[in-house]
Amino acid sequence: MSYNVNNDLPENAVLSVQNVGKTFTLHLQESQRLPVLHGLTFDVPRGACIVLGGESGAGKSTVMKMIYGSYGTDSGRILLRHQETVMDLVTAQPRQVLAARRETLGYVSQFLRAVPRVPALDVVAEPLIERGISRETARERAGELLTRLSISTRLWKLPPATFSGGEQQRVNIARGFIIERPLLLLDEPTASLDARNRGVVIELIRESLGRGTGMLAIFHDADVREAVADMTVDVQSFTPAREQAAA
Amino acid sequence: MSAPRIVYNEGYLDEQTKRVVRRALLKGVAIPGFQVPFASREVPMPRGWGTGGVQVTASIIGPSDTLKVIDQGADDTTNAVSIRHFFEKVAGAASTTLTEQASIIQTRHRIPETPLREHQIMVYQVPIPEPLRFLEPRETETRRLHALEEYGLMYVKLYEDIAKYGHIAKTYDYPVLVNGRYVMAPSPIPSFDNPKMHQNAALQLFGAGREKRIYAIPPYTDVESLGFEDFPFEPQRFDRPCEICGSSGVYLDEVFIDDKGGVMFVCSDTDYCERTATAGERRQTMEKSA
Amino acid sequence: MNNETPLLSVTGAGHRYGDRFGCRDVNFDLWPGEVLAVVGESGSGKSTLLGMLSQRLTLDEGSISYLTTRESSAGREDGTEFELLDLATLSEREVRRLWRTEWGFVHQNAAEGLRMHVSAGGNVGEPLMANGWRNYSKIRSEAEMWLRRVEIPSDRIDDAPATFSGGMRQRVQIARNLVFGPRLVFMDEPTSGLDVSVQARLLDLIRQLVAELGLAVVIVTHDLAVARLISHRTLVMKDGAVIESGLTDRVLDDPQAPYTQLLVSSILQG
Repeated sequence: MSYNVNNDLPENAVLSVQNVGKTFTLHLQESQRLPVLHGLTFDVPRGACIVLGGESGAGKSTVMKMIYGSYGTDSGRILLRHQETVMDLVTAQPRQVLAARRETLGYVSQFLRAVPRVPALDVVAEPLIERGISRETARERAGELLTRLSISTRLWKLPPATFSGGEQQRVNIARGFIIERPLLLLDEPTASLDARNRGVVIELIRESLGRGTGMLAIFHDADVREAVADMTVDVQSFTPAREQAAA
Repeated sequence: MSAPRIVYNEGYLDEQTKRVVRRALLKGVAIPGFQVPFASREVPMPRGWGTGGVQVTASIIGPSDTLKVIDQGADDTTNAVSIRHFFEKVAGAASTTLTEQASIIQTRHRIPETPLREHQIMVYQVPIPEPLRFLEPRETETRRLHALEEYGLMYVKLYEDIAKYGHIAKTYDYPVLVNGRYVMAPSPIPSFDNPKMHQNAALQLFGAGREKRIYAIPPYTDVESLGFEDFPFEPQRFDRPCEICGSSGVYLDEVFIDDKGGVMFVCSDTDYCERTATAGERRQTMEKSA
Repeated sequence: MNNETPLLSVTGAGHRYGDRFGCRDVNFDLWPGEVLAVVGESGSGKSTLLGMLSQRLTLDEGSISYLTTRESSAGREDGTEFELLDLATLSEREVRRLWRTEWGFVHQNAAEGLRMHVSAGGNVGEPLMANGWRNYSKIRSEAEMWLRRVEIPSDRIDDAPATFSGGMRQRVQIARNLVFGPRLVFMDEPTSGLDVSVQARLLDLIRQLVAELGLAVVIVTHDLAVARLISHRTLVMKDGAVIESGLTDRVLDDPQAPYTQLLVSSILQG
C-alpha cells in the first residue's frame, strides 16, 4: 500500500492523515518547545486495521488524540469521511468534531473515564441512548456485550470506578463497540486483559472490520497485533530529533 | 350651641388634597383593580384604623349624601359610630344604618347582605393592598408582576394551602381577578362576601391610608375569585340560620352569651338582622291577628 | 430544530464597570444540546459574562442574539417558528417571557433560586403556574415527576427547601428550572459549596438531564473537573478576556495559553 499523496481523501479511505506536525510548548518550563511529530502521513482504509508502531514515547497516543480532537494539530490535514462529506479535523469547529465523534469517530482509550455513580450497564449503553435508541433496548445490547466480555451480571448495576483495572477496561471496550462507527480508534484496549478476554476483543475487532469499520490501533500485545493488523505505521520515523527537548 | 372654634373645610380635607384623592379615584376607576399611589394625609385617627377609607369618603362626600359605616358588619361599634359622627360634623352629611338609604357605605370587613344598587358607593378600608406581598415582599417586584400580568405567584399561595390543608384555607382577603386583568386584594372581607363584588351595581372604592394606595371596581365589573380548575374558589358556607332573625345564607358571627362558654350564631350585618327580625315579628303579629 | 443558526450568538460582547471592563470582546456561538463551560479564577470576568448573557448586566459593547421559538401564527400546522432576537433591544416583558418559557438559571446559592419557605412542590410548580397552568392535580403530579427525576423522595414534596440539605436544595432548584421545558439554562457554580460526593451525584444528574432534554447550557465554574465532566466546550477567562476556547478535552489535555497550562497543572490529580 502506498501512502496517499493526493490532497484529497482516497476513495476507499475513512481517514487520511496528511503531513501532520505537532509541537508542544511548555509555558511553565520557560516556554520550552517540544516537537513530537513531523510530516506524519498515512491512510486508514475501510475495513482495515492500521496499527501505530514505535517505542513508547514515540507519540503514538498523541496521534490518536490529535485525530480524536483532544489534542490540537499544528500543521497538515486530517481528513475524515463524515457522513456525506470530508471533514478536516485540524480546522474543524468544536461542534463539527463533536458531531464526528457522535456519528463517525469512536475511541476506546486505555483508561475508562467514567462518571462517578453511573452503573456499568448504563456507561456501556450511553452511546446508543445518545443516538436515540430506547433505554431498554440499549441496556439489552449493553448486557449482551458485557456478557461476552465476561463481566458478571452482579457488577452491571455498580459504577465501574469500583472495578479492577481489567474489568474497567472491558467496560470501556463494550462502550466503544456498542455502536458501529466508520472509524474506531483503539488505544491499548487489551493492556490488562487475560488471554481469554483478549480473544473476545480480537473477535469484536474482526467482526467490526468485516462490517467495514476502519481502525487505527495501538496494541501492547503482540498476539493481538498479529491477529488483526493489516499494516503498521512506524510513528517513530515521523518523530523529529529531540535535541531541544534534551537540552 | 355656640359656634365651633374651628371651621373645617367640607369633608375635613382641604380641596387640594381632595383633588389628589379624586384624581387617584378616577384613575382607579379607569383601570379596575390597579393600585394607584396617592399622597395619603393625616386624618384625626391613627393609621391602620381606616384612614384610607376616611380619605376616600372625605373626598366624595357632600351635604346631600347619606353615610353608613360598618365595622365587621355592625353599625354600632365605636369606630363606626365615630366615623359617622365625624362626617356628620365635617361634611354636613346625613347618616343612616339602613343599607338601602345610604349613598355611601364605608366598611371594614364586610359587604352588607342587602344587595347594593346603582349610584351607591362602597368605600373599603384596606390594611394591605398588595395581594402578592405574602410571597414577594419587594414592592418594586410586585409592581412589575402586576404590570406584566405575571400572577403565577398568587397561585403558589393557593397551591400551598391545598397541599397543606387539602383545600384553599384562605377565608378572608381572598384574592380576586378584576376585569380579567389585575389581581386585587379585596381587603379583609370574608370570602363569603367575594361573590357580591362580581357585577355589583354599586361603585366600589378601596383606600389604604398607611400604604398610600387607592383602587376601584366600577359598577358591573367582573370580579373573579382565584382558584384552580379542580379546586375552584368556594365561599364560606354556614349550615345554620341566624339565631336572632332566622335568616340563612348570611354571614354569621359567633357571639359569647355567658361566662360558661355558651355561644350563639347571629348575623354579622346588624342592620339586615334587625330588619329581618322586625319583619318576621310583624309577619307573626299579622298572622296572629289574621 | 434549526441547525443553521445557533441558539445563542455572542459577538464582541463587553460589560463595563465604571471606566474598566468586567469582561470584553467575548465571542461564541452555542447550539442546542451543547454545554459550554466558562472557567477561570474569581475576578476573571466569568460571572460578569454570565450576568451579561442572562440580562442581569447591561451589554455595553457588542451584541448577543438568541433564537427564540414562538407558537406559529394561526393556520400553520408545523407548530413553532423561530425568530432571532437581539437581546439588547428586548422589552422587559419579552425578557421575562424568555425566563418564563425558554431560559433557566441555576444559582450557586439555592436560596437565591428558590422560595425557601414554600414547599418543594410549590417551588417546582410555580413556573407552571406562571405559564398559566390552573389545574392543581396536574401541577402537583408534574412537580412530583420532576422531583422524582432529581431524586427527591416523593414524601418530601410538601416540605420546604429550608428543611433540606444543600444537595437536595440544588436538585429542587434544578427541577424548578427544568419543569417548564427551557431550551437554554445558565448555571453559576451549581456544585460548589457541596460535599465532594454530593457534587458528583449532582453533576451526573445534570449531565444526564441535559443530554436527555437536549438543553443548551452555559455553566460557570472555577472547577476544571466540573467542566470536564459535563461540558462539550470550554472558554477560559482571565482578566475579563477569553484567552482560550475549544473542545473541553482539548483545552484541558492540550492547553495552549500559558495561563491555561498553569490552571490545568494546578488540578489535584484524583
